[in-house]
Amino acid sequence: MTTLESQAGRIPSPREITTEPRFSDKVFRGVVTAGGLSSLVILGLIAIFLGYQGFEILAKEGISFITTSEWVVEVDSFGAITNTTFGLAAMLVGTILCAIIAVVIAVPISVSAAIFLSFYAPNSLKKVLVSVIDLMAAFPSILFGFWGLFVLMPSAEYWAKLINKYLGFIPIFEVEPRIFTRSPFIAGVVLAIMIIPIVTSISREVFSQTPLDRIQAAYALGATRWNVIRTVALPYARGGIVGGSMLGLGRAMGETVAVYTVLNIVYQINWNVLFGAGGNVASLILLKFGEAQPYEIKALMAAGLVLFMLTLLVNFLADQVITRSGTKGR
Amino acid sequence: MTFENPDKKEKAMATPSSLASVAANTRKPGTNTLGIGLEARGVHAWFGKHHALSNVSLDFPAGTVTALIGPSGCGKSTFIRTLNRMHEFIPGAAMAGEVLLDGKDIYEPGTDVTKIRLKIGMVFQKPNPFPSMTIGENVLSGLKLAQLKNSNKDELLEECLVRAGLWNEVKDRLNAHGGSLSGGQQQRLCIARALAVNPQVLLMDEPCSALDPGSTLRIEETIKELSETMTIVIVTHNMQQAARVSDFTAFFLADGGPGEMIETAPTSQIFSQPRDQRTENYVTGRFG
Repeated sequence: MTTLESQAGRIPSPREITTEPRFSDKVFRGVVTAGGLSSLVILGLIAIFLGYQGFEILAKEGISFITTSEWVVEVDSFGAITNTTFGLAAMLVGTILCAIIAVVIAVPISVSAAIFLSFYAPNSLKKVLVSVIDLMAAFPSILFGFWGLFVLMPSAEYWAKLINKYLGFIPIFEVEPRIFTRSPFIAGVVLAIMIIPIVTSISREVFSQTPLDRIQAAYALGATRWNVIRTVALPYARGGIVGGSMLGLGRAMGETVAVYTVLNIVYQINWNVLFGAGGNVASLILLKFGEAQPYEIKALMAAGLVLFMLTLLVNFLADQVITRSGTKGR
Repeated sequence: MTFENPDKKEKAMATPSSLASVAANTRKPGTNTLGIGLEARGVHAWFGKHHALSNVSLDFPAGTVTALIGPSGCGKSTFIRTLNRMHEFIPGAAMAGEVLLDGKDIYEPGTDVTKIRLKIGMVFQKPNPFPSMTIGENVLSGLKLAQLKNSNKDELLEECLVRAGLWNEVKDRLNAHGGSLSGGQQQRLCIARALAVNPQVLLMDEPCSALDPGSTLRIEETIKELSETMTIVIVTHNMQQAARVSDFTAFFLADGGPGEMIETAPTSQIFSQPRDQRTENYVTGRFG
């Protein structure tokens, strides 16, 4: 510093460094920027639309829109609306309950599948399994719903009875009266099957990115394959697995048709997951939309806005979880 | 081939019980029995259809340092990876021949490969500490990975780090993460990690190629100290390094076809009076 100062007399302020991009670079930049912002714009437009449509209802019902469970539209003999009460509490509880059940069931299966595909499956089998799993993701949800209702329900009812018999002392597994069909549990199982593909393929992706030199280091120390997976691959992939699970949770919360087909929708908060009564915001919208009057449609829009907010909130929380746990194993 | 002893295999077969009893009594790192070293017998290696290595027979007598030299692509890294069965991790990889550790073929069906890799440790070209673990956990990670019991972990930790020449630099921050060290320190951490499971043989695949001269010097000193208690095989591109650290040197060359071992001899002889013209061309810097 002293020599510089004596030579120049003063320390220069840092120069501003700029580059002038070429025209083609500017064009490309514009295109990808538009692509990047489009999702934000679309999301914003949907939120504005829902907010605009649902504002009247939200203002009228206030906080009771999400704290009460009644959904009543009374009409007189001329078809004019005389009284309305809109409350989403049962639907919100049901949405979260079904989604959590789905994630609890799907994540262990998906992570096992991803570990098998990444570390054990022979190449030929791996290719087949990966395309089958991808196909599963593209399967129409109404078919999952039908299958859940007609094929899965009898078995799932039996599992529910077993859980109730041995774990019934835990409050959420109580069933009274003893109705086991069309419960949040069964809807959760169907949702679990629907989100397995996405959680599996994201987990598989992060497993396949585990640095080879770390895997080799572990093997060279005399590790068994299970120990390599446990000490190297799982810590590395943990952030990605959490992220994939949260995407699955988001999908499970927004799923409409399959849940609508399987679940018995009841306007009463039900925490007993094995009991045949539940709710789901998206399914409510589907259930009511066909016969709703313009005023009730506004209420359904408000319900959509609430679901939208809930999904955003869950994704935000998920992001927090990922940033906290994601980098540690890397 | 120069120091091949045809009786070695028979001798090894005759003494397993005494070896086992020695091994059972000494569990401190580096105080393990040296065994009778490692022998490669007619080793070939393939990657898919590509024949990468042809008919290499080489002895690594116990307690010596053997350097494998040769130009890039001559199969020396492939060869060293056949010595502890790391070669087979590459899809499509195949090998033929035998690798004998204390006279017993490590490729024999029914061999527990994790036990082989415990006895034949490896240090890689690029330092690869586990980033999620602290320095201390990295050194002891082999115990956890191989599910070994050790009652005195603190002592083992210090001993391994001292022997790897890293103790003085890290003793005050054993709980810092491995990634916080410099490249040379990370490589010595990897050596310490390999030592913690008490290997008989240590394979080093260009351990200094990513390091600065100062770190290289430290690791060479470490190699010399370690060679008193274990058998070391080191792949290096640096002929000065081979001359400095090794007792024996083997020259590999792939001349269009698969890699072959051209010549092996005591290191001083390889560099002063090589028998093969190609060896002379390489060590005098005429190619490679």
